[in-house]
Amino acid sequence: MFGSYEWNKKLVIRTVASWALALLVFFPILFMLVTSFKTELQAIAVPSLWVFEPTLENYTEVQDRSDYLHFAWNSIITSVLSTILGLLIAVPAAYSFAFAPTKRSKDIMMWMLSTKMMPAVGALIPIYVICQKLGLLDSVFALTIIFTMINLPIMVWMLYSNFKDIPREILEAARMDGATLWDEFRQVLLPLSMGGIASTGLLCLVLSWNEAFWVLNLTSANAGTLASLVASYSSPEGLFWAKLSAVSVLAIGPIVVFGWFSQKQLVQGLTFGAVK
Amino acid sequence: MSSPDQESRLTQRLLLTPAVSTLLLWMIVPLVMTIYFSFIRYNLMQPDASGFVGWSNYEFFITNPAFGDAVFNTLLLLGSVVIITVTFGLALALLINDPFPGQGLVRVLLISPFFIMPTVNALLWKHMMMNPIYGVLAQISVFFGTEPINWLQDLPLFSVIIMLSWQWMPFACLIFITSLQSMDKEQLEASSLDGATFWQQFRYLYLPHLARPMSVVIMIEVIFLLSVFAEIFITTSGGPGTASTNLAYLIFAEALLNFDVGAASAGAVFAIILANIVAIFLIRMIGKNLEN
Amino acid sequence: MGFLDLEAVDKYYGKLHAIKGIDLSIQQGEFIVFVGPSGCGKSTLLRMIAGLERINGGTLTLDGNDITHAAPAKRDLAMVFQTYALYPHMTVAENMSFSLRLAKVDKAIIDEKVKTAADKLDLTQYLDRTPKALSGGQRQRVAIGRAIVRQPKVFLFDEPLSNLDAALRGQTRVEIARLHRELGATTIYVTHDQIEAMTLADRVVVLRDGIIEQVGTPLELYDHPANRFVAQFIGMPQMNLIPTSHVPAAPQGSVELGVRTEHMAICAMGDARIKGSVEMVESLGNETLIHVRPEFAGEHDLPLIIRQYERTDLQMGDEAGVRWDDQHVHFFDADGKTLTNTVQGVAA
Ligand SMILES: Nc1ncnc2c1ncn2[C@@H]1O[C@H](COP(=O)(O)OP(=O)(O)OP(=O)(O)O)[C@@H](O)[C@H]1O
Ligand SMILES: [Mg+2]
Repeated sequence: MFGSYEWNKKLVIRTVASWALALLVFFPILFMLVTSFKTELQAIAVPSLWVFEPTLENYTEVQDRSDYLHFAWNSIITSVLSTILGLLIAVPAAYSFAFAPTKRSKDIMMWMLSTKMMPAVGALIPIYVICQKLGLLDSVFALTIIFTMINLPIMVWMLYSNFKDIPREILEAARMDGATLWDEFRQVLLPLSMGGIASTGLLCLVLSWNEAFWVLNLTSANAGTLASLVASYSSPEGLFWAKLSAVSVLAIGPIVVFGWFSQKQLVQGLTFGAVK
Repeated sequence: MSSPDQESRLTQRLLLTPAVSTLLLWMIVPLVMTIYFSFIRYNLMQPDASGFVGWSNYEFFITNPAFGDAVFNTLLLLGSVVIITVTFGLALALLINDPFPGQGLVRVLLISPFFIMPTVNALLWKHMMMNPIYGVLAQISVFFGTEPINWLQDLPLFSVIIMLSWQWMPFACLIFITSLQSMDKEQLEASSLDGATFWQQFRYLYLPHLARPMSVVIMIEVIFLLSVFAEIFITTSGGPGTASTNLAYLIFAEALLNFDVGAASAGAVFAIILANIVAIFLIRMIGKNLEN
Repeated sequence: MGFLDLEAVDKYYGKLHAIKGIDLSIQQGEFIVFVGPSGCGKSTLLRMIAGLERINGGTLTLDGNDITHAAPAKRDLAMVFQTYALYPHMTVAENMSFSLRLAKVDKAIIDEKVKTAADKLDLTQYLDRTPKALSGGQRQRVAIGRAIVRQPKVFLFDEPLSNLDAALRGQTRVEIARLHRELGATTIYVTHDQIEAMTLADRVVVLRDGIIEQVGTPLELYDHPANRFVAQFIGMPQMNLIPTSHVPAAPQGSVELGVRTEHMAICAMGDARIKGSVEMVESLGNETLIHVRPEFAGEHDLPLIIRQYERTDLQMGDEAGVRWDDQHVHFFDADGKTLTNTVQGVAA
């Protein structure tokens, strides 16, 4: 690992600085991870303990008390379903913007993005009232729909910029070859834009998983996701750091690991095609 | 423009319909209801009192001394986090751009906070980092023999800015890293041979290359930062006083803590107007960059 | 009625009237070439025929059927794009067979047809590669192969050779001519390249600003240009123009005399019709181009170019006399229309 480098002073400084800064940025997460294996007393020891006998009791207690799997399941369901639903709606729209633009396309796309700038609180009360009237408070269904809607503008933009990179002539050639719209999509566009569609899906998944505003305001025990599970450890038991850490690690673990694996994919779509 | 016959133009329109109609519903219905609520008396604690009240909800909301603070805090939060994350994200990206031992792992460590959910972010900082007695920051202060700062009490908005910057800096960094990989290496080498200093390279080669990714970062961050909620809700609850109350939190406080939906709705209308002003600004500034 | 008929075909891009009521009748088996300056609407017209651009007015008839508003897939035309537009995720064989597979043609027949086309285009050994692993010339041949396996009614080419280097371009040009001879397929071909136009075309269509300036065989256009634009557009270097005020015995109403470079010659000062100074000498080996600035020419006028097949001793700055052959002159009126072509028949 170290052999292939030509060591000089600059490289040493760069390496040390990079590692130091990376560890600094990562430190809070590391601290939390370590704390989750302490007892509550060890957790608040000053100065912080780094050598101790790790325990799993926090994790078992979290599961015992609040049915982690139930919340995790809600997180998975809402983020996966909203991602699929979002792709189903966003792909056709992005196709239309990218390959059959009209004079108004640009305006419509900007409008879509502007709905994303409207603060969620602006819509909270009406949505709350509507959900209440329809009996959809604390329902996984409503949460899925809401996740879909809040991510839709960004999905359309990401897919659009991705489709834009596909030369139009290739689709035209398919049309000349006798392809219907469906053939064109299924046999040409889809294989060519798999990367972009995947990265759009990944981002949508991350955003839904981490969404807190709607979850905190519209759900409780039944449809709550991991975001609300974590929040429930907030005020009253604030000082039970070890358990809080355990539940946090459980809540972010899946998505962080997922994020590590998909970072390359993710950024490619995230940049709206700005990074060539 | 693309397909000539009527039939396929209809198809094109059909492709757009689901996205446009659902988003329109998602936008219009709450908007209309919010505007409607903002003109009536609607307090959850006084269900009997109702009726049209004209502009008085707006008056109430504006004259609420918290309103000005909330607008100011919203913009300050937005501005600081964008500037901090773009600056540090860029610096870090430049630092780790060239290969060194462990580059891949460093990159993964650096971007991790972006995948942390806001609630965890908030709790982690509130308790383990910023707690004035047991927190890591307090321990550092003690180590250096200074008085520990009570972050959330004394510097509430700044604390929130730190949390948000920690979360969004990795995002900016990640995008800059990817963008830097596509820099023209020969151009850089040529300029080194010409004796260009790092600052000259930065100014004339890196910055122009990064203009577009920078627009993207700013745009996405603005979208998410305009409506920061969970971080404030969990850590400071907008306080002390209104020191860390942004518009989103103020509306929430009016509606769900004071049960005054009418006033909250008037606030929401303000938030929407503010968002649109920022949006227009942003789209003017950045929209062009995003297109081609 | 031809095989493919365009009647008063119009195209608007917003306010821009890109194609202005074009009439054109193409016979079965003909090789038609569209030429014209950049932006004149060649690609647009081709894409309108293909169905990739909406036709805003007029009618398009193919083999007796009105296809003005038919979808591209329904027109039975094949197009070869400048950028090749191969499907990057498919092998060469899959690229070529895509249309047949969509049409649910029997597998055995598809294989047979792909094999035949690949043989013709010398692609057999590449059938399992993806386009990424091919050279530019090979990609171009795949694009052509994709068109011919379908046996469409008309082939459309949009500057198919412009991404190839000069040698390959020449070679592929010959190949396209051979394919056209063998298949006898109706072809419309857009190009910038005069040599392609002259050598491939049965008839050349000269476009300018969305209208047809002239249609004719290559030599007709060369010998009998309908106007100054065509006269100057066809032929390299451009035809020389001389204001008739400096020409004795010009016909009534003419304002300019046009003489092709090969019909002008350097001569002794005594015989000269025009005197001037040599501005540049281009020696190309087989021919020599001498640029002469006439005495009367203003600073911004183009010099006369004389093409000769002998070497010359003239140097920059020398005085030179110029004369021309009255058998090969063209007179243009104030509108640029040709008054008289004194060229002696097509065979002259
Ligand atoms: N999609 C479009 N929208 C608006 N204007 C267009 C569009 N496509 C072409 N045009 C305009 O129509 C005119 C004809 O363009 P076209 O591409 O047909 O030219 P061309 O003859 O093929 O040129 P070139 O030789 O450079 O390829 C040009 O003025 C061009 O700017
Ligand atoms: Mg063209």
